[in-house]
Amino acid sequence: MALSRLASSSSRSADLLKPLCSAISLRRPISTDTTPITVETSVPFTSHQCDTPSRSVQTNAKELFTFFRDMALMRRMEIAADSLYKAKLIRGFCHLYDGQEAVAVGMEAAITKKDCIITAYRDHCTFVSRGGTLLEVFAELMGRQAGCSRGKGGSMHFYKKDSNFYGGHGIVGAQVPLGCGLAFAQKYSKDEAVTFALYGDGAANQGQLFEALNISALWDLPAILVCENNHYGMGTAEWRAAKSPAYYKRGDYAPGLKVDGMDAFAVKQACTFAKEHALKNGPIRGKSLSLVEAIKLTSSCSVCCAYMQILEMDTYRYHGHSMSDPGSTYRTRDEITGVRQERDPVERIRKLILSHDLATEKELKDIEKEIRKEVDDAIAQAKENPLPESSELFTNVYAKGLGVESFGADRKEVRAILP
Amino acid sequence: MAATFHGVGATVAALSSSSSSSSPSNSFGSKKLLSSPSRSFSVRKRASFTMVRSEGSMNFDLNSKGRRAQQLIANAVATKADSSPASSSSKPGHELLLFEALREGLEEEMERDPRVCVMGEDVGHYGGSYKVTKGLATKFGDLRVLDTPIAENSFTGMGIGAAMTGLRPVVEGMNMGFLLLAFNQISNNCGMLHYTSGGQFTIPIVIRGPGGVGRQLGAEHSQRLESYFQSIPGIQMVACSTPYNAKGLMKAAIRSENPVILFEHVLLYNLKERIPDEDYICNLEEAEMVRPGEHVTILTYSRMRYHVMQAAKTLVNKGYDPEVIDIRSLKPFDLYTIGNSVKKTHRVLIVEECMRTGGIGASLIAAITENFNDYLDAPIMCLSSQDVPTPYAGTLEEWTVVQPAQIVAAVEQLCQ
Repeated sequence: MALSRLASSSSRSADLLKPLCSAISLRRPISTDTTPITVETSVPFTSHQCDTPSRSVQTNAKELFTFFRDMALMRRMEIAADSLYKAKLIRGFCHLYDGQEAVAVGMEAAITKKDCIITAYRDHCTFVSRGGTLLEVFAELMGRQAGCSRGKGGSMHFYKKDSNFYGGHGIVGAQVPLGCGLAFAQKYSKDEAVTFALYGDGAANQGQLFEALNISALWDLPAILVCENNHYGMGTAEWRAAKSPAYYKRGDYAPGLKVDGMDAFAVKQACTFAKEHALKNGPIRGKSLSLVEAIKLTSSCSVCCAYMQILEMDTYRYHGHSMSDPGSTYRTRDEITGVRQERDPVERIRKLILSHDLATEKELKDIEKEIRKEVDDAIAQAKENPLPESSELFTNVYAKGLGVESFGADRKEVRAILP
Repeated sequence: MAATFHGVGATVAALSSSSSSSSPSNSFGSKKLLSSPSRSFSVRKRASFTMVRSEGSMNFDLNSKGRRAQQLIANAVATKADSSPASSSSKPGHELLLFEALREGLEEEMERDPRVCVMGEDVGHYGGSYKVTKGLATKFGDLRVLDTPIAENSFTGMGIGAAMTGLRPVVEGMNMGFLLLAFNQISNNCGMLHYTSGGQFTIPIVIRGPGGVGRQLGAEHSQRLESYFQSIPGIQMVACSTPYNAKGLMKAAIRSENPVILFEHVLLYNLKERIPDEDYICNLEEAEMVRPGEHVTILTYSRMRYHVMQAAKTLVNKGYDPEVIDIRSLKPFDLYTIGNSVKKTHRVLIVEECMRTGGIGASLIAAITENFNDYLDAPIMCLSSQDVPTPYAGTLEEWTVVQPAQIVAAVEQLCQ
């Protein structure tokens, strides 16, 4: 009552409001509490050629709030990108990740910035989870200088080298051999880190995927291939494109795990498990084994024998494949709303927070309002940002400081100054 | 900012003065004119076309060719050649968009020959990402209009294998750039099997898909593959640019016993035109005369045709008479049409969307120089895209491809 009166008066009272608020919330220091809470994943894990991790995940209030905030931010960001696309400020292709946020957030919670992540074109949220700012996202989407790729890449080409985020790739499946390369380098330099190479259910049918599986297993690369199975490869359902939609079993000899990708804690648990397995499983393969020992090991399989594993994240995208796809010609609206009601990742965390009595509905709504404002501010800032200079057309073609010249095969300088 | 190709702002005054004597102002031509006696003949020939230019009005000399050129100026963006078999009056025929024309061609061929089938990503139930195959799966069934997984290498190979036995598949690459994954199949199998088997197998396959620079689609989705495919022996390449030739080329490609790669362009799918009701095909090896002219031959294809025609409007207003030819056939080149044009105008400008390095333009320059060197008054000029990956930012992307202003400047420089 006193609060509401204060709230309705001038800005001076807003300063008064702050200490009151924190005084009230002092009884629950919600954002920094690290007392452990145990949550159960939505469904048990299914495994192939290895043990399943436990369904009980350790977490705490701080992590719950981080998850909520990050996922709500990603959700808001993607919806804002939808509106910007319809307003023609974003053009070309725009693939949105809303519905799949739990994969990005859960994975990030299980690893460090030393571990590498590489993904395909649905990369806005993964970029943010790796530390990208909203300004970089929106500026890149609108083709401005402040974008993470200086406006030259676009929606499908987000990268962040300093936090080992390797993109951002337009051609389906082509990023997975690149991921093997990242893992190869980690093994080569003895980095004690792993690579998560993400791809979709559509890409799982690419030949280069099978090649990547083979070489990762053959050379014991610390690569974890993560199939984000949203059940539709562009406009084709998974059962119409794949004889066996059990993507986690495709490794055959390599261990696989099927995870509920809409549950951030399941994702976190699986990624922790996978990373541990990949890093710890060296010595067995490192030794030269007699043939009998080798056969015994592979057949007993309570200890996995390949570094490389496949994680299949059972997830869902609310939007169509891209902004030019309505997303409703190959699936029913009922299906989409059904998933949104029953399995939405943000709602799941919200319910967890409320059930553990860590915050009220209103407080969560306030966080969402704050996020909305943050996103709107970033968009406004990005809109102000200038488009790249025309000389940028010729920079970064080669890395040898050749300036603004562009060289054809005849080494002749061609510089086009346009009217 | 002025284009580098924008020379000395060539004006008609310079042109008319140069037409009466060997032109010192034409830096390209002067040396050549002095050195080869045969060319002076052509200078005198050109001198008979004196032009009186004034802003806005188009007065030409009473030569019959000029009169025809005058007639066509109103249709500077003509999409049908004068000599096309279709009637020139607009009443008969039906109007449709380019992707519908492609669909019509495909549908007619599928009805005509049961061995014609389609395979590609999202072509069946989804109807095609550019709607070229919409409704065909319902009509012909799931096997004849096959939805493939995202596995270009294997389904292109599958199409080629099926073609070896006598089926006539039409393989769609959702975007031409994805066909890079199938390059081995296209190069080694599609192109070579007829040869390496001593003629036993023919590969009557059609590989088609949209390519080219679109509206901010990003580097990987804005590729122009005609330059990569052109040296594969054994294949034919055609590029469609209007609904009329899209349907005609699609039908001709399906009927051809040779493997044909049909290049469509992402930005041309919504072009509208009236096409004939009756059955027709376009010759796969023929170029299309878009606008006859006298001063300069402009060779182009696909989307650049429209940039050229836009520039042609400006050029005509400035008093030039460009002859615009849509080469359509990228492999082999229609050197008959091109040669006749070069013999008439003696100046060639190529406007293409390929990269400067190793593009169709580069090959065309070599072919023309080799065959028609004596008829050229100036070195061939080629305007191509910059040798850079296509940037996402709209303004940068615009500067990657050739713009009409550059074409105008190039013609002015060429015709000095």
